[in-house]
Amino acid sequence: MEQFIVKPLFGGHEINWYTPTNVTLWMALTIVCVLVLFVLGTRGRAIVPSRIQSLAELVYGFIYKMVEDVSGKDGAKYFPYIMTLFLYIVFANLLGLLPLSFTTTSHAAVTATMALMVFFFVTILGVVKNGIGFLSLFWISSAPLVLRPVLAIIEVISYFVRPVSHSIRLAGNMMAGHAVIKVFAGFAGVLGVGAVAPIFAISAVFALELLVAVIQAYVFVILACVYLRDALHPHH
Amino acid sequence: MAVEEQAAGKAVGMPQLDFATYPNQIFWLLVTLVVIYLVLNKVALPRISAVLAERQGTISNDIAAAEDLKQKAVEAEAAYNKALADARVEAARIVAETKAEIQKDLNVAIAKADAEIAAKAAESEKAIAEIRAGALEAVKVVAKDTAKEIVAVLGTKADAKTINAAVTARLKGGA
Repeated sequence: MEQFIVKPLFGGHEINWYTPTNVTLWMALTIVCVLVLFVLGTRGRAIVPSRIQSLAELVYGFIYKMVEDVSGKDGAKYFPYIMTLFLYIVFANLLGLLPLSFTTTSHAAVTATMALMVFFFVTILGVVKNGIGFLSLFWISSAPLVLRPVLAIIEVISYFVRPVSHSIRLAGNMMAGHAVIKVFAGFAGVLGVGAVAPIFAISAVFALELLVAVIQAYVFVILACVYLRDALHPHH
Repeated sequence: MAVEEQAAGKAVGMPQLDFATYPNQIFWLLVTLVVIYLVLNKVALPRISAVLAERQGTISNDIAAAEDLKQKAVEAEAAYNKALADARVEAARIVAETKAEIQKDLNVAIAKADAEIAAKAAESEKAIAEIRAGALEAVKVVAKDTAKEIVAVLGTKADAKTINAAVTARLKGGA
């Protein structure tokens, strides 16, 4: 589990809120990735895009369409926030797959912060946009009247559980994948030269983790979009 | 602090639950997100949306231009077809005219030839009639002479006048 330990970059043991740590380093690298893909890659502004520019356009188009499809046309103006979350998570996940790297998104502190940001953002947005009408999110008018109070209680609970599931899903996926690879790597270390099976297993799990890294980033932002839609259109 | 941190690191199995590192992680996460947001919002996203819009514009312009050219091609084809049809009509007219002219010339020539032929035929008929008349006269003379000779050979005396009258009567009756 030492791969998940937060360490100061420049020696010492104290970790204050401002201390540059391996968290700082790997988060900075996600920024570098974003810069390379979205600033350096689109430098040409070409009508016929280069490979890296078309990749950037592909990601842009994909996330933009998702925001528009899930949150509706009026959700499109929150696209930069969603895009920020997506790019940070996807690059943090992918960088975390490099050997000897540190996966910032495997920490509940990080994912919970993002989940709470989304939670407070959509809750405040919902109240500001709809006023008291936002509460109709919990009052399911399509259900029979007798069931509505029960459903309202369930809805309220599920609403407040959202940030928990939202954050644990991402951190748990990241941590579990890395732990599995670590376990297989331990087998390989014990077996020595004959470690064909664990190495094969590590390759397979690594491929799966590549998939999971992208899918979890996508899942995180698509849920954010769903919550955003609830805030914009609370009426079922 | 150092002791406490070490103790926490040892005691807690999961570094994720080491709350001492939370402020640090949260601080750097916020910094990272703000930086990414600023980069995207100020530079990357406007640039990409501009490029996409420009591409869309270029594509629709090109499509419009292609539509225009297609329209022109259709017009050119129509003009070509019209010219072709006109040329056909003109050719047909010239053919008809020429045919009529030739027919006229032909008619004149035929009429002339007919007249000539008729004249020649009339002339020939006259000549034939003359020859026939001549032949009839010769037959009469020959018949009279032959009759005289035959009568003389038979030993019967007869004068020329009587024989002539008889032969003439005979010729008339026979004819």
